[in-house]
Formats: sequence, C-alpha cells, structure tokens
Amino acid sequence: MDRPTNQKAWFLVLPVLLLVAFSAVIPLMTVVNYSVQDTFGNNEFFWAGTAWFEEILHSQRFHEALARNLIFSAIILAIQIPLGIVVALSMPRKGIGVSICLVLMALPLLIPWNVVGTIWQVFGRVDIGLLGHTLEAIGIDYNYVRDPLDAWFTIILMDVWHWTSLVALLCYAGLVSIPEAYYQAARIDGASRWAVFRYIQLPKMNRVLLIAVLLRFMDSFMIYTEPFVVTGGGPGNSTTFLSIDLVKMAVGQFDLGPAAAMSIVYFLVVLLFSWIFYTVMTNFERGGQ
Amino acid sequence: MSTGATKSIDTGRQPGTPTAASAKARGFVAPPKLRRPRHLGWLVMTLYLIFLLLPIYWLVNMSFKTNVEITNTFSLWPNDPTLRNYRVIFTDPSWYGGYINSITYVVMNTVISIAVALPAAYAFSRYRFLGDKHLFFWLLTNRMAPPAVFALPFFQLYSAFGLIDTHIAVALAHCLFNVPLAVWILEGFMSGVPREIDETAYIDGYSFPRFFVKIFMPLIASGIGVTAFFCFMFSWVELLLARTLTTTAAKPIAAIMTRTVSASGLDWGVLAAAGVLTIIPGALVIWFVRNYIAKGFALGRV
Repeated sequence: MDRPTNQKAWFLVLPVLLLVAFSAVIPLMTVVNYSVQDTFGNNEFFWAGTAWFEEILHSQRFHEALARNLIFSAIILAIQIPLGIVVALSMPRKGIGVSICLVLMALPLLIPWNVVGTIWQVFGRVDIGLLGHTLEAIGIDYNYVRDPLDAWFTIILMDVWHWTSLVALLCYAGLVSIPEAYYQAARIDGASRWAVFRYIQLPKMNRVLLIAVLLRFMDSFMIYTEPFVVTGGGPGNSTTFLSIDLVKMAVGQFDLGPAAAMSIVYFLVVLLFSWIFYTVMTNFERGGQ
Repeated sequence: MSTGATKSIDTGRQPGTPTAASAKARGFVAPPKLRRPRHLGWLVMTLYLIFLLLPIYWLVNMSFKTNVEITNTFSLWPNDPTLRNYRVIFTDPSWYGGYINSITYVVMNTVISIAVALPAAYAFSRYRFLGDKHLFFWLLTNRMAPPAVFALPFFQLYSAFGLIDTHIAVALAHCLFNVPLAVWILEGFMSGVPREIDETAYIDGYSFPRFFVKIFMPLIASGIGVTAFFCFMFSWVELLLARTLTTTAAKPIAAIMTRTVSASGLDWGVLAAAGVLTIIPGALVIWFVRNYIAKGFALGRV
C-alpha cells in the first residue's frame, strides 16, 4: 500500500491550492489584519496589538455565547448519538425496506438550512403549527418566542430532527460491514443480545461513531442559520450561539476589531477539533489495513 | 419472521454443544436472522420516520391551503385544496428567478469543485510528496471552518473584485468547503482502484491526460457522481454566505423566502410552497446515491 514519492504530484494539487488560497487564505488574512488594528472610520487604521483579543477573552458576552454553544453541543451529542445508534440497529437489513428507510431518513439532510428553520418556526407556532397546537391542546403552556426554555426545546428538537439521521446512517454503514460469521460465532457461544451489541457491534461501530461525534460536534458548534430563523437568537440572548453573536457583532454593529479577534479565537478552537478529527480518521485508516 | 427470531434466541441461550452444532449446521443452510424481536425494530423505525415526516407533511399541507384556512381553522389536511400558492411562485419572476439563481451558482460550484478536485485527489491517492499530509489536513480545516467567520471578509474580498451579486462569487465562496469535500470523497473512491491499472496503461503508451480521461475517470464514474451530488447538496443548503454576497441579481431562493415573508405581511401559503419546492431537487436525486450517503458525509472515509 506504499505510494511512490513523486514531487511532480504538486502540479496536480496546484489548482486546488490556488483556489482554496483565494477563498480561504486571503479572507483569513483580512481577519487577522482587523484583529490587531483599530479604526475611527475614514479607512484610517491604528495598531492595536492584542487589545481586541484581551477584550474578547475577558468579555462576558463571549463567555456566555461560548457556554451556550458548548451546552447546546453537549445536549445535541447526548441525544443524537444514542438515538442514532438505536435507529441504526432498528433498520431493516435487506429488501426494499432498506432503500425506503435510507431515502426517507436522508430527506431532512437535503433541505436548505433556512427552510429547516422555517419548517420548525411554523411547526412550533401555537396558532398554526401542529406541534405548538398539540402541546397547547394537552394543556402545556408553550411559546418559543417568549419562553427561553421553550425556545431551547424547539431548537434542540429541530436539530435532532435535522441531523440524527446522519448519525444513524454512519452507524448503519458500520453495522452492515460486520461479517455474518461474527453473529454465528456469538450464537454458538450463547451470547446475549446485550453481549452481541457490546462486544461485536459497538467495537465495529467505533470508527464511524467517532466520526459521527466529531462531525456533529463541529457542525453544532458553528450552527447559525436554523436557530437564527426560528428565534433570531432570542428571547433576549438565550439562544445566541457563537456564530449568531459573531454575525451580530461584525455585520450588525460593524465592530470589526472585536469581531475579527473573536473569529480567530473561534477558528482556533475549530482548528483544534479538526486536528483531533484528522488524527482519528488517519489512525483508523492505518489500523484498518 | 418474528417466530424464527425468537426461536434463534431460545437456542442461543443454551450453551450446550448439541445446540451449538445444530446452530452451526443451520448456519450453512441459511444465514441466521438477527437475534432480536424484529417487531420492536419496526416500531422504533416507524416512530422515527413519522417524527421525520410530520414537519415536512405539515409544510406540504400548508402549501395547498389558502391563507384564510391556515390562520383561521386548524385542520390536518387541506379542506379546500388550492394550487394558488404554487401559481404565485411560477408566475412571479422575483420568485422563480430565485430558483434559477440558486441552481446557476450551485451548478457552477459543482463543476469547478470537481474539475480542480479530480487531479488533486489522484495525486493524494497515488503519490507521496513534500507536505502532502499537511496539505490534506489544511483542506479539512476549510471544510470545518465556520461560515460566519468568513462572511465579512468574503464580502470585502468580492467587493474589491467587483463580484458582489454575481453567481460566480457565490460559486467561488462555496468552494471553501466543497473543494475539500470533493478531494476527500474522490480520494476515498480512487484508493479503491488498484494501481496496477495505472501502470499497465503507462506501459501501453498512454499519456497521463489520455489515461486519466479515457480509462481512469470511467472507472470512478460512480464516485464522481456521488461527489457531484454532495457538492450540489452542500451548496444548495448553505445560506449565510450566499445571502451575504448577493443583493438582487443573484439572490438565492432561500434568501428570497425570508425577505418576502417579512415584507408582504406573512403570506404563509406561498412561504410553504416555496419551502416545498426547495426540498424537491434533493428528494429527486437522493434515490441514486442512497448507498453512498454515509460515505459522503464522512468525507469518503467509511
């Protein structure tokens, strides 16, 4: 499996390199530029050093948005990973049912993110939405526009609806790769259902589960469109996650310095998790061969 | 079917040798059923699918109602089905223009992404070169980059080039996450093709470009199809960058939805119809890639 060394391969990578440099490096340099400068308008910039970084790292607003985002990601993982495993285990293994399940489950993944927001905004409304109306009919005081708890409930339910299928599809891909002989051996040994799951299915799903956890963490960590459409970050600031806060700061208030500093802190956190993701992926690949 | 499963559990619980031998003997005849009551699985699956489909059904339901019916009566299906909402969209250029804009930049992005990713993925899957691992990792970080970080710098960058409100601006911006995605997925597919094929072709006197187009690309045709689907999809669902970079001429349908709703006093019926129409392109092609969805989301690594 050893690949030959060939430096000319760089020419094949060059187009990607140029394109991504244009769409990633130049914008990032702009951000770095803003993060160390201050301006009083008129395109006059002054060196500000690390002032913005200190401001951001000490600002309560950033801490709160970060805490909200981490709690959100934690809840999302705690619900979606177990639920995804259960759904994957429940999926049929052969016949037309497999295809039907796969297609229906993938459906939410292909809906534009703000349409996802719109669907749940409507679905949760007390006057015209099925969810809100039903909750009200059984006597629960539910209003995601006014009550922070209800807003969180709606957004989490929406994300579970939107992305659990991703976890389930990944787990399913891991499950179908288990050779039938493993199950036969387990049956000969008289293994219980739980033992089969614990010692055969779970180890085989290890790798896809790690990918699922990392993907779900990163995507929920940079969620923007869906909660923005449903709640707009409110009520108050109760659902203002990092991305929403960043866009508010950069585009709404045009505080370029702090926004740029925040972008960089944000990006470094994401970079750290990307690195973990990469290590996991490549290690498993080497181990799998 | 359920009795068979129960039986296999019963036999499985007894660790005696005769049972084991018979189980093994039966194993050769037909692969054993999964060891659990299947009806429970069906129940979980059915409940989950209902949970997935209810909100979508609600949207479809609303799209066939009149606004009076939506706001005044609460009904589980349209009492007086109407196609008026869809007619509004298909007759008003500011609505259907949004679909054309979206599809234009999405197609442009897919073509660009695949065109640059093909040679790069080949290089990553076949050769070792200076800094290949770092480059591969750096590509991944772009897939993971929060669009919110890039919204403002993109706006300034494309303003400087005078590209704001053009389709190509959005197409290029979406390359940020779609090119890495395409490289990763294609690399996964290409690594499945044995290298002997390349070597044989070179011995037969094929030049690299000719070999790549005539022999290699047909071999990974399904991979290219799946990659195209994923580029299409991620460009189609993204809105933050697309909205930031456009004002009127290239505005995507998803952004037109938000704007029109706030301006025209909540035309719920048209909003629902527009939403339903954005779901259709994905739903149409999903059948063909159903077995590769997990692979695509895991960046070609399942």
